[in-house]
Amino acid sequence: MQNVVFPNKILPYFLVAPQIVLTVIFFFWPASQALYQSAMREDPFGLRSAFVGLSNFQAIFTDPNYLHALQVTLVFSVATAAVAMGTALFLATAADLVVRGRGFYRTFLIIPYAVAPAVAGMLWLFMFNPAMGTFAYLLRRNGILWDPLLDGNQAMTLVVAAAAWKQISYNFLFFVAGLQAIPKSLLEAAAIDGARGARRFWTIVFPLLAPTTFFLLVVNTVYAFFDTFGIIHAVTGGGPAKATETLVYKVYNDGFVNLNLGSSAAQSVVLMIIVIALTAFQFRFVEKKVHYG
Amino acid sequence: MAEIELKDVRKVYGGNIEAIKGVSLTIADGEMIVLVGPSGCGKSTLLRMIAGLEGISSGDIAIGGRVINTLEPAERDIAMVFQNYALYPHMTVRQNLSYGLKNRNTPKDEIDRRVLEAATALEIEPFLDRKPRQLSGGQRQRVAMGRAIVRKPAAFLFDEPLSNLDAKLRVQMRVEIRRLQRSLATTSVYVTHDQMEAMTLADRLVVLNGGRIEQVGTPIELYERPASTFVATFIGSPSMNLLKRKAVEGSGWVLATSSGVAAGVDTVGIRPEDIVIAEDNSPADFSGQVQVDAVELVGAESYVHASLADGSPIVLRVPGRTRLGIGETIRIAAAQANIHMFDETGKRLP
Repeated sequence: MQNVVFPNKILPYFLVAPQIVLTVIFFFWPASQALYQSAMREDPFGLRSAFVGLSNFQAIFTDPNYLHALQVTLVFSVATAAVAMGTALFLATAADLVVRGRGFYRTFLIIPYAVAPAVAGMLWLFMFNPAMGTFAYLLRRNGILWDPLLDGNQAMTLVVAAAAWKQISYNFLFFVAGLQAIPKSLLEAAAIDGARGARRFWTIVFPLLAPTTFFLLVVNTVYAFFDTFGIIHAVTGGGPAKATETLVYKVYNDGFVNLNLGSSAAQSVVLMIIVIALTAFQFRFVEKKVHYG
Repeated sequence: MAEIELKDVRKVYGGNIEAIKGVSLTIADGEMIVLVGPSGCGKSTLLRMIAGLEGISSGDIAIGGRVINTLEPAERDIAMVFQNYALYPHMTVRQNLSYGLKNRNTPKDEIDRRVLEAATALEIEPFLDRKPRQLSGGQRQRVAMGRAIVRKPAAFLFDEPLSNLDAKLRVQMRVEIRRLQRSLATTSVYVTHDQMEAMTLADRLVVLNGGRIEQVGTPIELYERPASTFVATFIGSPSMNLLKRKAVEGSGWVLATSSGVAAGVDTVGIRPEDIVIAEDNSPADFSGQVQVDAVELVGAESYVHASLADGSPIVLRVPGRTRLGIGETIRIAAAQANIHMFDETGKRLP
């Protein structure tokens, strides 16, 4: 990195000010409020609050509902990351083989990423709505009792599909770039060494994509943990019977619907710790460990 | 062990760009052929066509009597050494060497034995459990060679394997490749743009120019009897002086005495090392006055850059240091046997 020296002493502060202001208003302030409220308990009318120390944390970790939400989040995140990355990798390898119209396919495969989470959720909700969804109709006609409003597993499948669908584009872009970065002569050497098709992919291409895969694993986990609220809210609202209630959704539900601010704040502090840990993990390992020189 | 035969091989890109314009060549069993030529002459393309990394537009390539035009690279029984080594970065040296054998379902003890054998031959045993990034350029080059020899293929293909090494290491590896190729007696095709490499490695040289074979022959044949001005200037350093006949005669030079000038001579070629500075006026087959423009001392010898009366440049090679001063006029001479004559298309005249 090159050090740039501004001749003007004040201008640089003006230039970074918008970002600083945004970060302070939308991150530091709410985060400090969450920390503060996680140690408070409000009365039922929201008129007074009292300091209760760590008892909010104690409460959530002994609450079976919270542990259930944790389990739901893990299942949801693993499934979403696996589906999103697996599909993206498949599409990227396929796009790598396309000779004509490569740019066209790539451009169109990126579009879902530009769709807002809530809109993506609505899209999948309509397609699989048991009453009027086209795909729901097809599923039922083929003998599958499709009703995500009643069946928790089907609801989970639906939110995973919607969440993964939106993330595929992002993963696809990185995998395409990763595939292009593999020196052509390595693949030629592998071809001469008698490795073809699946064997070449798993012994040469996939290991060489490891840095990309690892990076995407962290990004997708963070995405599934934190960025999927809109999709869950639009598709299932956490139901049926909390089957799709993830940690983030529970923060919203407990805080803004049930107005249990202390518990909700404590939960968001836990989430904050998770995201900090994931980021630290990414910086430490993604940057260093999984690279080939 | 195999003979490689190319029959009127062509490569056409995009329907109209002809990269290889009909190459026919027979490479004998155990022979080391060097394809040489300027960049863009098609030498790498031709090698990659033999390897199966490029398709063959027309013609036939046969290895060991078997036409391999449509076979996969792996089925051609060849091994290739790439310019950038192309070692698998995520595998240890041992895994790199055994990968090709594993893919062919060679028994494990056979793999171990062959890997050890190759590693010993190339002196890379101590590095077997290291990753390529922990090796120096020369060591990586050895591993790349090892990956080729461990398979005991019918032919080795080398694609400018030494161009990423520094000058000293290059000379060392060159000798080693030659020694290895001799001891294994495996048919080899070696691509390079370095004429020094080409001269020292080749049993026979193939000079390519614009997708065509310009000349095939032993290094000495090409040096002594270049078939064209292209080959004449490509082989030898500093390259052969090419003088227009008109310039030579117009400058009052004496050209060819005994045999008489062959009809149709357009260009006269003389190698810098075949020119001597004639102290006296002793008769020579080819002699005349030149003016010294510059002197380059390169150690054991000096290159004298001079010009004829009409300004045509000429370079001569003199042993040791010379006391010639710039602007000095000297008389130079050469023997008839060392004079090459070419017609106006650049073809050699007998």
